[in-house]
Amino acid sequence: MSRPVCSVEDLPVGEGRAYVVDGEQVALFRHRSGKVSAVQAACPHAGGPLADGQIDETVVVCPLHLTAFDLTTGEAAGGEGSIAVHPCRVTADGLVEVSL
Amino acid sequence: MVVGNGMAGIRAVEELLDRGGAEQFDITVFGDEPYGNYNRIMLSHVLSGEETEEAIFLNALPWYAQNSIDLRAGVRVDRIDRFAKVVHDADGGRTPYDTLLLATGSTPFFPTMEGLDLDGVFTFRTLDDARSLLTSAKTHRRAVVIGGGLLGLEAAHGLATHGLQVDLVHSPAHLMNQQLGPEAGRVLRRKIEELGIRVHTGVRTRGLRGTGRVEGVELPDGTVLEADFVVIAAGIRPNVDVAVRSGLEVERGVVVDDRMRTSHPDVYAVGECVQHRGQTYGLVAPLWDQAGVLADHLTGARPDAEYHGTRTSTKLKVAGVDVVAMGLPGPERDDDEFVVFSEPHRGVYLNVVVREGRLVGATLLGDVRKTAFLTQAFDQGLPLPEERTSLLFDLGSPDEATSVAELSDDVQVCNCNGVTKGRIVDAVAGGCTSITAVMGKTKAGKGCGSCKPLVEQITEWAAGGDLTVDESVGWYVPGVPLAKPELMAAIRERGLKSVSAVFRELAPGGVEDAKSKMGLTSLLRMMWPEGIEEERDGRYINDRVHANIQRDGTFSVVPQMKGGVTTPEQLRKIADVADKYDVGMVKVTGGQRIDLLGVAKEDLPKVWADLGMPSGYAYGKSFRTVKTCVGSEFCRFGLDDSTQLGIDLETRYQGIETPAKLKLGVVGCPRNCAEAYVKDIGVVAVGAGKWEVYVGGAAGATVRKGDLLATVGSAQEVLTLTGRFIQFYREWGNWLERTYEFVPRLGIERVRKVLVDDSDGLAAGLDERVQAAVDNYRDPWQEGTAPVTTGQFRPALPLGMPAVRS
Repeated sequence: MSRPVCSVEDLPVGEGRAYVVDGEQVALFRHRSGKVSAVQAACPHAGGPLADGQIDETVVVCPLHLTAFDLTTGEAAGGEGSIAVHPCRVTADGLVEVSL
Repeated sequence: MVVGNGMAGIRAVEELLDRGGAEQFDITVFGDEPYGNYNRIMLSHVLSGEETEEAIFLNALPWYAQNSIDLRAGVRVDRIDRFAKVVHDADGGRTPYDTLLLATGSTPFFPTMEGLDLDGVFTFRTLDDARSLLTSAKTHRRAVVIGGGLLGLEAAHGLATHGLQVDLVHSPAHLMNQQLGPEAGRVLRRKIEELGIRVHTGVRTRGLRGTGRVEGVELPDGTVLEADFVVIAAGIRPNVDVAVRSGLEVERGVVVDDRMRTSHPDVYAVGECVQHRGQTYGLVAPLWDQAGVLADHLTGARPDAEYHGTRTSTKLKVAGVDVVAMGLPGPERDDDEFVVFSEPHRGVYLNVVVREGRLVGATLLGDVRKTAFLTQAFDQGLPLPEERTSLLFDLGSPDEATSVAELSDDVQVCNCNGVTKGRIVDAVAGGCTSITAVMGKTKAGKGCGSCKPLVEQITEWAAGGDLTVDESVGWYVPGVPLAKPELMAAIRERGLKSVSAVFRELAPGGVEDAKSKMGLTSLLRMMWPEGIEEERDGRYINDRVHANIQRDGTFSVVPQMKGGVTTPEQLRKIADVADKYDVGMVKVTGGQRIDLLGVAKEDLPKVWADLGMPSGYAYGKSFRTVKTCVGSEFCRFGLDDSTQLGIDLETRYQGIETPAKLKLGVVGCPRNCAEAYVKDIGVVAVGAGKWEVYVGGAAGATVRKGDLLATVGSAQEVLTLTGRFIQFYREWGNWLERTYEFVPRLGIERVRKVLVDDSDGLAAGLDERVQAAVDNYRDPWQEGTAPVTTGQFRPALPLGMPAVRS
C-alpha cells in the first residue's frame, strides 16, 4: 500500500533524507530532474546512512565506503550486495508517496 | 545430480558449464546449507568483520536460476540407491539421476573429551558457525579455541579482533604443525601472541568443564582456562556418511580412481570427501584440479583426462601473517640441504629444503616475495641456482618479470578462487586489457587479496605492454572527459559557476555523475573565490554538515586550536560540551587537537554554539591544521618561535580547499618534535631567523620526507611561500592527489623554479589568488544558526525513529 511520507519540499534538490515508514527506515531522494527515489536507509555493507550519500539520476553513493547502488534495481556497482528499492512518486499536491 | 553445494561441487558444475555441459545435462544440486555457494576460506574474514556475508558468496541464488540449475538448498541427502539410480533426501523426496557427483566435503573433527555436549561449544566450518561465533563474541568476554591449525588460528584471530580474551590450546608442540616446522611455528607463535592471544602448545585438553553451559577448559595439570564459550577447531574429517550408507567403497575418504569415479559406475566424487591414491586433501588447490578432470571426462572434452594428485602448496594469510608452505617443512635425510633465515623479532622466517638439486620444500613466513619463483621451482622441479641463498633473497635469481614469464600456465595464482596463470593469460587474450577487467572476468584477486600483486604482474606481462590504462585516469573527475587544465579553461571561458552547469555544458549528454560532484565543487570554489552558485548536493556529507562522518553515522567535531595552543577556559568549555552531549570519546588527534567523537548529526549546531569556537577543519579536502613544537618560548633548544609561526599560518590559510587534505607542521629546531619533515608543508627553524620550507612530506599510508623547497630569512617569507605553494597545488594538483604525489610528479626542481625563482612568471598571480581565497574565508560553523537546506541536520539513520507525518 502506498502512503504519503513527506512533502517534496522537505527534500532539498539533489539530496536525501531518511524517514521511518511503517517501522522501516527509508531513504528518500529528490533528483535534479524532479523525480524521487526511495530505498532502504542503511547500506547493507556496513550500515552506512545512505540518505547522507551523494546521488545523480541513477545511483546513490554510500558515504562510508563509497559503494554505488543503482536506484532502480538496487544493485551495487561491483555486484556486491543490493538494497531494497521502494516504488514512490510525487502526488499532484506535492506529497511524496512510498509503497513498501 | 550433485550432492554438495560447496566449493568443490559448484566448481565442478562451473567447469561443466564452461565445457558446454548445460546442453548435455539437467543439473540438480543438493545442499545442506540453505544458501548459495560461498567461499569457505573467507569465513574467517566474516568472523573478524573484514568482510560482509554478501561479499563471500561465489554464486548467489540467482546464478543457479540463470544457469537452469535446480538448487535444493537446505535439503540433506540421506542415501543413494545405486540400483534404482535414485537419491533419497531427508524430506522423504526421491530424485532420479543418470550421473551423480558426490561433493560432501568434510566435517569438523571432535577430539575425545568430556563436555562436548555442553552449551557454548562451537565449531567453525559453516556460515552458520561464523554467525553463531559472531553473536557469542558480542555478548561474552572469554573464549578458548582448541586447535592451533589454520582454522583454529583464524578463529582465535577473529575473536580477538572483537576484543575477547582468547586462549588457544594446541596439542602438538608447535602451531600449524601440518604445514610448518618447529622454528617457523615459534615465529608464528610470537606474531599470534602479539595479537593478545594466549597460546598453549604441547597441551592436550583434558575436558570441558561446566554444568549445562561450558565454563572452562581443563588442562592435564589441572589448570582450568575460564571460558564463556569454546571453539573446537581440531581438524576436519572427510564427510563420508552418505557414501557409507549408500554402500560405496570408503576408507578414510570416498575412494576414487584417476577419473574421480567411485566404486559405483555413474557415481563420481570430488573435493575433501575424496581419497585418491591413498591421499585426502584439505586445501582448495586439489579440488580445482579434480573438478577440471571430472568435467573434461563427463563432457567428453578430453576423455583421457586423468587426475594424478596435487603437490600441495599453501599460500595464505593467517591472522594477518603471510604464510607460504610447500612440500617438506624441514630436512628429512642426512644429505638434504636446508637453508634457513630467521628473524623472529620482525616475524620473518624463511627456509628451503633441497634434495638432489631439486626444491622439495619451502616455508615463507612474513616475507613472501619469493613465492612465485619458489612455487615454480617446486611444481616443475626446475634446476636451482648454485647459490642457494638466492632462493630466499634477490641476489641474482630471476627478477619479478622473468619469474612471471617462467611460471607455467597451470600454476595456481589465486587460491581463494582457484585461478591459474593460464586463466589470467586467457582473459587477457580474450580482450581484458586492464587489471580490473581481468579481476572481474576471472575472480582472481577477489578473495583474500594476497595474490593481487602477482595478478597484476601476470596481467602486465601477458598484455606485453599493451595494458590499457583506463583513459579516464587523466580526467579530473570521472564524469567529465577533460583533464584539469582543459576543464578549468572551459569553465572560465563559459563562466560556469555551478556543478550542474558544468555537467550540462561539458559532460557527455549533459549527464550528471554523483562521483564527480565533490571534485567539481572544490574546483569551482577554488576558481571563483568570491562565490559560486552553491548547490549543496555537490558536497560530500562532511562538507554539508562541517563535521567528520564516522562508521556509525555519527559525527566528530574538532574545534580550531591554532598551532595546538589552547587555554584553560577552552578546555573547560570542551569538557562541558563533551558532558552535555554525552560524546562517545574525547581524543587528542594526530594533528594536536581535541576530537569529540560520536556526536549525533542533529546535535551538531548545538555543539558548535556551546563551544563558541571556530571549526577546526577535521573533515574536508582542505587546509586542516598546523602542528607545532614549543619553539623558543620554553624549549631549551628552540631556535625560533615556531608556535607563533604555526598560529599565523593557520590563521591565514584556515579552511582553504585543496585537492586533498593538507597538514602542516612547524618546528623550532631540527629535532623535529612536531614531525615537520613528514608534513605536506613543513617548516623548520635553523637559527639566525632562517627557516627551511619542506613540501611533499607524508606520514600516513605512505611515508615520505618532504623535499626542501627553499630556506628563507623571515617568518613573513614563510607565510608568502606557503601560500604560493598552496595555490600552485590547488591549481595544478589532481583531484585527491596528496602533495606527496604531486611534488614528485612535477619534480622538486620544477616546483622550486616556478615558486622560488619565478621562472614562469606565475608567482604574483598565485600570491594574488591565494589572497582572494584568504579574504573570502568564512567559518562554516556559523551555518549552525541558520541551516542552508531543509533538514540539513536531520539524522540520516533515524535511530530515534521520528514519526512520519500522516
